[in-house]
Amino acid sequence: MSTQSTRLAARFMVAPSVIVLFIWMIVPLAMTAYFSFRLYRLLSPDRSGWVGFNNYVWFFNSPDFWLALTNTLLLVGGVLIITVILGVLIALLLDQPVKGQGVLRILVIAPFFVMPPVAASIWENLFMHPQNGLFAAIARGFGAQPILFLESYPMPSVIAIVAWEWLPFATLILLTAMQSLSSEQLEAAEMDGASALSRFRYIILPHLTRAITVVILIQTIFLLGIFGEIYTTTQGGPGSASTTLPYMIFKQAIVAKDIGRAAAGGIIAVILANIVAYFLMRSIGKHLDA
Amino acid sequence: MARAASPRRRLLTTLAAWFVALLIFFPVLWMILTSFKTEASAVASPPELLGASWTLENYVEVWSRSDYPRFFWNSVVISVGSTLLGLAIAIPSAWAMAFVPGKRTKDLLMWMLSTKMMPAVAVMIPIYLLFQQLGLFDTKIGLILALMLMNLPIIIWMLYTYFKEIPGEILEAARMDGAGMWSEIAYVLTPMALPGIASTMLLNIILAWNEAFWTIVLTTTKAAPLSAFIASFSAPQGLFYAKLSAASAMAIMPILILGWFSQKQLVRGLTFGAVK
Amino acid sequence: MGQITLKSVRKSFGEVDVIPSIDLAIDDGEFVVFVGPSGCGKSTLLRLIAGLEDTTSGTIEIDGKDATALPPAKRGLAMVFQSYALYPHMTVKKNIGFPLKMAGMDPAEAEKRIQRAASVLNLTNYLERKPGQLSGGQRQRVAIGRAIVREPAAFLFDEPLSNLDAALRVGMRQEISELHQSLKTTMIYVTHDQVEAMTMADKIVVLNAGRIEQVGSPLTLYHTPKNIFVAGFIGSPRMNLIEGPEAAKHNAHTIGIRPEHITVGDGPWEGVVGLSEHLGSDSFIKVDVPGLGIINVRGAGELNVHHGDRIKLAPAGKIHRFDANGMAMA
Repeated sequence: MSTQSTRLAARFMVAPSVIVLFIWMIVPLAMTAYFSFRLYRLLSPDRSGWVGFNNYVWFFNSPDFWLALTNTLLLVGGVLIITVILGVLIALLLDQPVKGQGVLRILVIAPFFVMPPVAASIWENLFMHPQNGLFAAIARGFGAQPILFLESYPMPSVIAIVAWEWLPFATLILLTAMQSLSSEQLEAAEMDGASALSRFRYIILPHLTRAITVVILIQTIFLLGIFGEIYTTTQGGPGSASTTLPYMIFKQAIVAKDIGRAAAGGIIAVILANIVAYFLMRSIGKHLDA
Repeated sequence: MARAASPRRRLLTTLAAWFVALLIFFPVLWMILTSFKTEASAVASPPELLGASWTLENYVEVWSRSDYPRFFWNSVVISVGSTLLGLAIAIPSAWAMAFVPGKRTKDLLMWMLSTKMMPAVAVMIPIYLLFQQLGLFDTKIGLILALMLMNLPIIIWMLYTYFKEIPGEILEAARMDGAGMWSEIAYVLTPMALPGIASTMLLNIILAWNEAFWTIVLTTTKAAPLSAFIASFSAPQGLFYAKLSAASAMAIMPILILGWFSQKQLVRGLTFGAVK
Repeated sequence: MGQITLKSVRKSFGEVDVIPSIDLAIDDGEFVVFVGPSGCGKSTLLRLIAGLEDTTSGTIEIDGKDATALPPAKRGLAMVFQSYALYPHMTVKKNIGFPLKMAGMDPAEAEKRIQRAASVLNLTNYLERKPGQLSGGQRQRVAIGRAIVREPAAFLFDEPLSNLDAALRVGMRQEISELHQSLKTTMIYVTHDQVEAMTMADKIVVLNAGRIEQVGSPLTLYHTPKNIFVAGFIGSPRMNLIEGPEAAKHNAHTIGIRPEHITVGDGPWEGVVGLSEHLGSDSFIKVDVPGLGIINVRGAGELNVHHGDRIKLAPAGKIHRFDANGMAMA
C-alpha cells in the first residue's frame, strides 16, 4: 500500500487540512502575541505603541487574575471529580440487569445534547432563581429562606451546572467500557472468592482506567474553554467571584476594550493550556495507539 | 450477566436506576413542562403541575416573533454547512493518514488534536478583527468557516479511527482488481466508511449547533444562531419563563432527537475509537 | 501466458534491505511456492510482483515486457489475500464481478463469467449472500472466484489457507491444486507451511532473510538440499543435524539424517526415548542419545517403544554432509 504515486497523492490529500488549521492557529496567535506587547485600547485609539511586558505585568499584579486562575482550575477539577465519580456509580447501576435499559440511556444522555446557553438558562431561571425557581419554592415549602445560589455561591453553582451537562458523557463512556468487560472475568474472580467490593476494586476499576483517562482528556479540552454557561448566568459575578480565565480575557476585550491586556491574557492562557495539554497528550498518546 | 439476580434485587436496582435517570433528566423535563404552561402558571408558587393551565400559546408566539425562525434557520445553515465543509476537507486527509501512513502521521494527528486545546479566547481578538476586515463578521459564511475550523481536528480524528478499521488488504484487493483511486473511493471505501462518515456528521452537527463561544463573539443579530440568541435572552425576571422555555425547547429538540439516534456512535466517536 | 522474470530485484524499507537481490524465472503454467520462515521476505516478494510495493531497484518482467513501473491493475495478475479481502458490502456476485466491472466488461459477458466461476467453485447457491453470511471455506472460494473471472496471466496467493481450520485446509489445498490442473495458469503461492509447499508445488523457492536458498522441485529439495537451512526446513519431522565427532567420521562439519532414515533395533547409537507419538500409520519418537543430542525417528506402522525405554538406533539411508559454511558436500 505504499508505492511512490500513492504517497504523493496522500501528501496532497493531507495538505488542505494542515494548511487551514495552521493558518487558523498560527496567524491569530501571532497577532495576539504582537498585540500583547502593544498599548492598544479601543476607547483611546490615538494612543498606541510598544509597552514591553506591561500588559503581562498588569495581569500578574491583578488580584482578579489569580482568582480567575483558581476559578478555572476549580471548575475543571470540580467537574472532573464529580462527573467521574458519579459517572462510575451510575454506570455501575445501569450495568445491572434493569428493565428499560434503552429508555434509561436516552434519559441519562439527554443533558449532553442541551446547548450550554439553554442549560445555563434552565438552571438559572427555572431552578436557582431566588423568587421563581423550583429550589426557592422547595425552600419556602420547608419554611426556609431561599438560597441565593448564583449570588452567594456562584462558583459551586456554575460547577454544578457544568457537571450536569457533562455527567451523561462520562456515564455513557464508562458504561460502554464496563459492558466490554467479559463476565467470565467477573465469574472467575467470584470463584476465587472476591467480594463485590474487591471485584470492583481489582477487576472493574482497572478495566475502566483507559475509559477514565479518555473522559478526563476530552472533558478537559472542553472544560478549559467553558464560556457560554458563565456568560448566560453570572456574567463572571458577583464582582469577579465566578470569573474564569477565558471570561476575564473576554471582559478585558469586550467590556474594557483593552486589546493589549486581553491579548496578554490570551497568551498566558495558551501557555497554561499547553502545560495541561503536555501532560494529557503524553497519557493519551499511550492509550490511543491505534 | 448470565447469573439470574433475585427478583427482589432486580426490582430494587430497576427502581434505583429509574430514579437516578429521571433525576438527571428532570431539568429538561421541567423545562418542557414549563413551556406548555401559561406565564402565570409557570411562576406560580408553590409550583403547579396537575392544576396548571396548559397552552400551546408560547410556541405559537415564539415562532411568530419575526426573529425566532431566522435564528433557527441560521442554526441549521451554520451547523450543517460547517459539518459538510469540514467533511469535504477532512475525508481525503483522514483517508490518506489512515491508509498511507508516514513517519510523521501520528505527530500530525497529535498536533491537530492539540489545536483543540488552544483556548479560543486567546485568538478571539485577532479573529474578531480579521472577520471585521474580511467582511465575515456577523455572516453565516463566516460562522460556517469558524465552526468548521474549530471542529476540523475532531472530524479528522473521528474519520481516521473509522477508516483505520477498514482492512488495508481490501483496498489492495480493489487495486489488484483494477480499481483506480477514484473507483476505489467510490465503490469500496465510501460504502464501507459510510456508517462512520454518517456518525461523524451527526456528532459534528450536534457540536456546531451547541457551540456558544464563537457564535456569541462573531455575530450580533443578522447571522446569530439559536445559541447566541438564547444566551442574550437576558434576565427575564419571571415575566417570560414559559416563552423562554418554549424557545429553549425548540432550540434543543432537533439535537435531542439527532443525539438519541446517534448515541451508540457517540461514545466511540467522541473518544476517537478509544472506547467502543 | 504467464511468464515472470525477476532480475536483481532489491527492496529496502529505509535502511533495511528486506530483499538484497533476487533473480528468479517462473515459467508459464508453473505452480511456484515461496516458502520460508516468517519475516523471510516471501510476502514482500509476492507484493513486489503484484505491484503493491515499489521495487527499490531491478526489473520485473511479465511475459517478456518490463512491468516494474506498472500499477497493479495493469499487470494482468490476480491475487488472493490471506484475509480474503472480500468487499463486505457487496454480495458474492458483486464481489466476483467487481474486477470485470472495473475493466468495463459488457454486463452479459460478465454475467456468463461469474456464473461459470460460481459453478466451478460450488458457489451458485450463494451468489446473493454477503461475505458475512459465509463460512471461512466459502469466503476463500469467493476470493478465488474473484481472481479467476479475470482470466489473469498469473494467480498470486498470499498464505490463503492460514485462516482455515486443519480439515478445511487439506480440502482447499486439493481444490487449488485441481484448479491449477484445469486452468494451467501460472500460480505463485506464498506459505510458511512446508507441507503445503511439498504437496502443491511444481517448483519450490526456499527463502531465508530475503535471499533464495534453493529453487527446485519438491523432491529435489528433499533429496538434495543445497545447505543446512533447506535441509532443516523441508521435511517433517525435521532432519536430524549432528555435529562433532560423529560428523567428523564422515569428513563433514555437520551431517544430516532424515528421521525416516533411521531404524530402531540394533545399531551404534543408544539412547532413552523421550516423547513418543503413535499415530497407527506412523510412529514419531524422540530419543536422547548422549553425544548426539535429541534424535527424531520416524517409523512406518507401529513401533513398540515408549517413554523411558532404552533403545538402539542405526542410520539406514542417505547421510547428507555439510561443510563448515553449512553448504552441502558432494
